[in-house]
Amino acid sequence: MKQSPLARRMVTAPYMVWAAIFIVVPLIFVVYYSLIDADGVFTLENIKSIPAYRGIMLNSIWLGFAATLISLVIAYPLAYIMARASKNVQRTMMMLVMLPMWMNLLIRTYSLMILLQDTGIINGVLGRLHLPAVHMINTRFAVILGMVYNYIPYMILPLYSIMAKMDHGLVEAAQDLGANKLAVIRKIIFPLSLPGVASGFTMVFVPSVSTFYISKKLGGSTFALIGDLIEMQFKSANNYNLGAALSLVLMVLILISIAIMNRFTGDDDDGGVLI
Amino acid sequence: MEDRTVTTPADARTAALNESGERTVIELRNINKKFGDEVVLNNLNLKIKDKEFITFLGPSGCGKTTMLRIIAGFLEADSGQVIFEGKDISDLPPHKRQVNTIFQRYQLFPHLNVYENVAFGLRNRRMKEKDISQKVEEMLDLVNLRGFQRRDIASLSGGQQQRVAIARALAVDPQVLLLDEPLAALDLKLRKDMQVELKNIQKRLGITFVFVTHDQQEALSMSDTVVVMNEGEIQQIGSPEDIYNEPKNAFVADFIGESNILDGVMLDDFKAKFSGAVFQCLDKGFAVNESVDIVIRPEDVDVVPVEQGEITGVITSNTFKGIHFEMIVDIQNFKWMIQTTDYYPVGSTIGIEIEPDAIHVMKKSKYSGMFGDYSTFSDEMEHLSDITEEEDA
Repeated sequence: MKQSPLARRMVTAPYMVWAAIFIVVPLIFVVYYSLIDADGVFTLENIKSIPAYRGIMLNSIWLGFAATLISLVIAYPLAYIMARASKNVQRTMMMLVMLPMWMNLLIRTYSLMILLQDTGIINGVLGRLHLPAVHMINTRFAVILGMVYNYIPYMILPLYSIMAKMDHGLVEAAQDLGANKLAVIRKIIFPLSLPGVASGFTMVFVPSVSTFYISKKLGGSTFALIGDLIEMQFKSANNYNLGAALSLVLMVLILISIAIMNRFTGDDDDGGVLI
Repeated sequence: MEDRTVTTPADARTAALNESGERTVIELRNINKKFGDEVVLNNLNLKIKDKEFITFLGPSGCGKTTMLRIIAGFLEADSGQVIFEGKDISDLPPHKRQVNTIFQRYQLFPHLNVYENVAFGLRNRRMKEKDISQKVEEMLDLVNLRGFQRRDIASLSGGQQQRVAIARALAVDPQVLLLDEPLAALDLKLRKDMQVELKNIQKRLGITFVFVTHDQQEALSMSDTVVVMNEGEIQQIGSPEDIYNEPKNAFVADFIGESNILDGVMLDDFKAKFSGAVFQCLDKGFAVNESVDIVIRPEDVDVVPVEQGEITGVITSNTFKGIHFEMIVDIQNFKWMIQTTDYYPVGSTIGIEIEPDAIHVMKKSKYSGMFGDYSTFSDEMEHLSDITEEEDA
């Protein structure tokens, strides 16, 4: 069925309005606020002050990158096994992956905190076993663990969806031409799963790099990330203008990382890419 | 005439081989395979000669593709052995077998260009880049795709993809090439061209082709040897001429070409009774009064004036087919298909004469009585069954 351009425009209109009100307008506000001072006068001071926060930004990127990489390493074999399993096993595994996502991120992070605290469950168990306590909370390790734990489903899903769709005949063709198991993975499965890798990478990296709650609860107040910094500007420092400028920079960083990822996958339209 | 003492196809094959003294390259011994409760291959035995073009022919679900996948190593038989050059390779993984496959859907690697696809097997052998590039060029020449090295797989037509698949499989110099319905996805004209081309390539390179198809015309025109399969069992092995002229049972007779398959009785050697008359034939060695199946090809029936006919019948339909007329003739309530070059009107009575060499006598089998009556026959039915077959495949 072919729709006239007018009819199509009518149908999409509500979404356009929605997007305009809740995406475009706020974006304009962010840009606007970042370019004025507290008195509403145009200034570049907010933008100019950002290099001062270079350390926090690099730290955010580094932690987000590490969490994404760890997620990839864990999720890739899991997605491969899932895609190979029988339909029933696939369904069960999918449930298990999705299950934590039905709980709120705050609750999940809180429970991690309870586990990792110096007087938390893990140290409690270690104490019972007469083993020395391990300091885990308020470390880089805890923050990365929190990111991986919270966001790994977003890595598993695109990888799984692209691997499940992959034609097993291609694997057979490669074996037929003398490729052993390792060569099949290296030359066929991995290259064909790259769009899924890129998609998963973006979907874990973006929320990780911009998180503030995970770092606050698991990293402690000494461990500010760019998200914490932005939150602070809006909630306690009441410096909306600097907050907006920081948000703008974060957005640019994210767009750059997505652009880099898309370069890796070329212009392939099929499979796995969820954004 | 061939000897009618009871021989299994495998025995006949062994005997034939011993006579000709040709080398066996692959031997299948007592292969059994079940999918769940369904028996897919039932104790299969077969010897494949070096340098021959052998075709597994049968309807979908007959086990022919399963057989091929067991030879390639993608499937393991429940029991039995695959012998390659005298060595048991049943437990060898596919990448260590010296056989290569051309897949029905080609399975070209979409992320690699034509050159890299053809080079894939060579790279697994760690050949030098210079040798690889030379070999790829040679292979692309062979399949008439000179200059296609840098092309993207997605930019190729179906026929071109087919050629790349052939080049890719042949690049590694396999001793045996397995072809799983490779032409099924091509349109009729292209399929005919590729049949000729594949046959030429096979002759030129002198390697063994094991071809799987459900298309009997394709099997007859390309093969040195045809293996007719049904329900996981080999029905008959022989040259295309043998299979057509001397079908072993009603299934083969029906599957290969058109046949009238009638109930008959062998009164004595060279004397068969069917359709209420006694005919001279060339077959012997049956018990006196043994019940048999009689096969008569539609083109082997001679139409004569009523008074000269050995039997008579009434024409119930007549269709012009180009080279000939195809009539359905009611002879004692059994519908025959008869092809003639002369026209006879529907409703008229004709006399029928059959030469002794046109009468093929077969032992009764489990397929007796299942085929050969054309009363329910229609082109539409046949067309529909073809479509479902392709969907299954």
